[in-house]
Amino acid sequence: MSIKKVRTHISPNEALLFERSSPGKKAYQLPALDVPPVDPRAALGAQNVRAEIEGFPEVSEVEAIRHFTRLSTWNYAIDHGMYPLGSCTMKYNPRVNELVARTEGLAWAHPYQPESLSQGVMEVMAHLESALLEITGMDAVTLQPAAGAQGELTGILLIRALLAQQGNPRKKILIPDSAHGTNPATAAIAGYVVENIRSDEHGLLDLAALEKSVTEDVAGLMVTNPNTLGVFESRIIAAAEVLHRKGALLYMDGANMNALVGIARPGDFGVDVMHLNLHKTFSTPHGGGGPGGGPVAVKKELEPFLPVPRLKRDGDRWTFDYDRPFSIGKVKAFYGNFGVLVRALAYILAHGGNGLRAATMDAVLNANYIRKKLEPFFDLPYALPNMHEVVFSDERQARLGVRTGDIAKRLIDYGFHPYTVSFPLIVRGAMMIEPTETEGKVELDLFIDAMISIAKEIETEPETVKTAPHLTRTSRVDEVKAARKPVLKWTPASP
Amino acid sequence: MYPEDYRYTKEHEWVHVEGDTGTIGITDHAQHELGDIVYVDFKYGRETLKPGQHVDQGKTIGSVESVKAVSDIYSPVSGEVVDLNGTLADAPEKLNEDPHGGAWLVKIRLSNPGELANLLSAADYQTYIGAEK
Amino acid sequence: MRYLPKSDSERREMLEACGVENPEDLFAHLPEAVRLKRPLQLAPGISEYEIVDYFRRRGDRNANGYASFLGAGVYRHYRPVLVDTVVARGEFLTSYTPYQAEISQGTLTTIFEFQTMICQLTGMDVANASMYDGSTGLAEAALMAARLTSKGGLLVARSVHPEYQEVLQTYAKNQGMPITEFDYDAETGMADLDDMERKLNDLTAAVIVQSPNFFGVVEDVKRAAVIAHRRGALLVMGFSEAVSLGILEPPQADIVAGELQSFAITPSYGGPYAGIIATREKFARQMPGRLVGETTDTHGNRAFCLTLATREQHIRREKATSNICTNQALIALMATVFMSVYGKQGLRELAEQNLAKAHYLAGKLKPRFSGPFFNEFVVSTDQPDAINAALLDKKIIGGLPLGRFYPELSDAMLLCATEMSHREDMDNLAEVYWRAGNPVRSRLSAGSEPLKGGKD
Repeated sequence: MSIKKVRTHISPNEALLFERSSPGKKAYQLPALDVPPVDPRAALGAQNVRAEIEGFPEVSEVEAIRHFTRLSTWNYAIDHGMYPLGSCTMKYNPRVNELVARTEGLAWAHPYQPESLSQGVMEVMAHLESALLEITGMDAVTLQPAAGAQGELTGILLIRALLAQQGNPRKKILIPDSAHGTNPATAAIAGYVVENIRSDEHGLLDLAALEKSVTEDVAGLMVTNPNTLGVFESRIIAAAEVLHRKGALLYMDGANMNALVGIARPGDFGVDVMHLNLHKTFSTPHGGGGPGGGPVAVKKELEPFLPVPRLKRDGDRWTFDYDRPFSIGKVKAFYGNFGVLVRALAYILAHGGNGLRAATMDAVLNANYIRKKLEPFFDLPYALPNMHEVVFSDERQARLGVRTGDIAKRLIDYGFHPYTVSFPLIVRGAMMIEPTETEGKVELDLFIDAMISIAKEIETEPETVKTAPHLTRTSRVDEVKAARKPVLKWTPASP
Repeated sequence: MYPEDYRYTKEHEWVHVEGDTGTIGITDHAQHELGDIVYVDFKYGRETLKPGQHVDQGKTIGSVESVKAVSDIYSPVSGEVVDLNGTLADAPEKLNEDPHGGAWLVKIRLSNPGELANLLSAADYQTYIGAEK
Repeated sequence: MRYLPKSDSERREMLEACGVENPEDLFAHLPEAVRLKRPLQLAPGISEYEIVDYFRRRGDRNANGYASFLGAGVYRHYRPVLVDTVVARGEFLTSYTPYQAEISQGTLTTIFEFQTMICQLTGMDVANASMYDGSTGLAEAALMAARLTSKGGLLVARSVHPEYQEVLQTYAKNQGMPITEFDYDAETGMADLDDMERKLNDLTAAVIVQSPNFFGVVEDVKRAAVIAHRRGALLVMGFSEAVSLGILEPPQADIVAGELQSFAITPSYGGPYAGIIATREKFARQMPGRLVGETTDTHGNRAFCLTLATREQHIRREKATSNICTNQALIALMATVFMSVYGKQGLRELAEQNLAKAHYLAGKLKPRFSGPFFNEFVVSTDQPDAINAALLDKKIIGGLPLGRFYPELSDAMLLCATEMSHREDMDNLAEVYWRAGNPVRSRLSAGSEPLKGGKD
């Protein structure tokens, strides 16, 4: 076995800030006050004034920059190489997006500053709204939700509001057993009971099961399309009809939009409401876990219920319309993660219509290439054509005692971040792989070689795989200890 | 492995009856499926489970957690809670080491011994988990 | 397209390996009825220069180079250069959620430090790795209190940020959780704890206050907690001005939910920001959001990993403590760098400067409320819009007229001064304020001079 992509390299150790800290060290200097100082105890009342912030670090500027720089070298990132994570769409985060988000007039805009001085930010939002409507084929969109999960909540609340206005909000939301965990969690927060729908033997929505399950108690179905196997729900239009006939609605989780942009539009295949993940399809950076953006697009019957305020054109100006008597209210203070919206719009501007379609084509090509190359080595639980991602099963390797989690850890030794492990739950030992369009052939071939090499190692030296990773600075961490005896902050007594 | 004088459920709990008291736990199969157990939670509805609480057969009396999974515990019998195993808070790993003995979960004074007839014998339980694969 | 790293010949090779002639064949399986049969009607892709120019021109059409006295939940504070230097690093910017601990120790370590510093600032035992913002953090804290107490009622102070209240309403009503408001004292601007006590009952899960409150006034959180606990309710405290934590006594709350935008996060027209939830150890398992814990690797080296994940959506699904998945990790990192740069002494000094600036300005005007305030305060004026218009002419954005949120305060405006406020602009504001009309002037006889400023 030869690992081509990486080689070991010494990396710096680094203590915690609190361990570097020493009284009197400073990394800041404030300008002198141009007004008289004020005695805090006199101004606030002695009982309101704190003693020092115990334990808070004091470090110098050099130590601060070294601290974070050293820590950064312990991370993997898209800038290093591919993340094959399924349904995460870890594509390149264009740097120009970072630059434009920091444009002074945009970055320092206060949400309550006069509208006359906010026409620029409002225009950015309006432009993004119209682009997203064209991409999704829907009628109206809100940019307020902060992330996909919040978008889901907004969408389900919109459904509830429409049905309530019709006289009965109903009780249940149907969710496929292949769904992402946020879907049932969201439905529960929205006050609905979750009913699971089984996938058929091809991993698709079972129409017959759906027909039986959709009663007058069902408010809607949450579907991901393509589904979490990367397969297009070919019966989606029929499914929408089943729901609509009973007065229920179709919610689409847009996490997999990277397979559809420019190719098909949810508004054209029966979706009533959907969310988008700006931090997936639209390239905004994950930043170690967020921020994101979860715009929600709807058909016009749901438009009156959208979160308030709505952007409106008033003559030659933009304005916010707060006169929305049927709105579900606000899901977040202010207007949305504007800084993330800027990056998403920059992405769309860079691509244009043709560029977006070309990106989708490459995303699907990359996933199919991986499928073809790895098919001889790993089990494919479902044989249907996949789009932008492919899901294998560890069935073959499991017989030799090696599971998807082990293979994932060994992939780290080969210089890659693991694929998505053990999801979706309908596949035993799932290995969910989504390369995205911003991977070139060289990187893809390195990934494929690594996976094949690991498949061979499993036959000849399975222990190497089961105890991986071996080449990382940090070896397998003890997650059990972390959960049994949680230590969630540093205290002076910590080792 | 699976004591003959215990009774079992399809949700992988066991009950050992002595006199009018049943001691309840999870089976070796359950702990094996869960992996390293990190936490046990005793809850009935939204309340913490306490001695004196009446529970019904089949209702959730808590959950067992590993790092990556949670499993609800369903009471195999109805009755009044008389004791909870306090040693599991500091040593949840006991559930992996001794699931049928020292890592019992709850003791209940049976209100309806007739319910035991619905439960599985050791032999039937082993057949069941064999077939589950 | 410059972000697509394949040459045509590479594409051909790959298509061949897939056994298809051209890329459209890979979509052949899609039903005819779903296909988009025309190109997307979006302008063609533009160059990097044009993208920069597009946003520069939009930026120019906003307020540029204005002084501002707006607070109301979003604050102007200086951003140390180190913040963007650190978050611009690709290892932080373009990394994923740290589920794979072995290759995410950078992110995990900074989150652990973040959790620690938030605990130190708020006096709580455990803090999570961030919520979307202060408003949703407060809503989630309320839901958490309901789970902990098994009760459903929420008692909310009117002096909590009005938009936070709206978000709380959206989250709570779908859980069947009734919200009751209690008033603020018209003289002090503080939450009326007697009104609160009258409305508190055995069904109340949580009493929710904010300190400093929306009017900038510091609340008596300790007394509120004592009253709440007597009826078995929890005390949830929100905050929106994080710099206040540098000087204010840590809250005697059960759950703290706040907004960290003040810690080097640009106002950015409302987001992205970073919220936090912090609480007592005994409540930790009901906390939403990610938690990072300390552990060791197989060689015994200290390492960090995500932990207590069984609370979260990807495991617990419909029984999760929240549906949150993506949080605000990068924004929280900005706050972490900010906190490292200022440190123990700096945060205190920064808070003291804010106190001095705001009290200077207040001294030249006349605060409406007598309660203690940090860097924001309310002034009376029957001409809020005229004052703001006159200020705009001087390239100053004035305060927030409160009538839009509190009808009884339509003769009032909320002003904020921070370390970034210049004396000259504050003097200008005072001059405009007195010239434009105010309650004091109306008490003077006609013809007399308006009072000049306040104490100097």
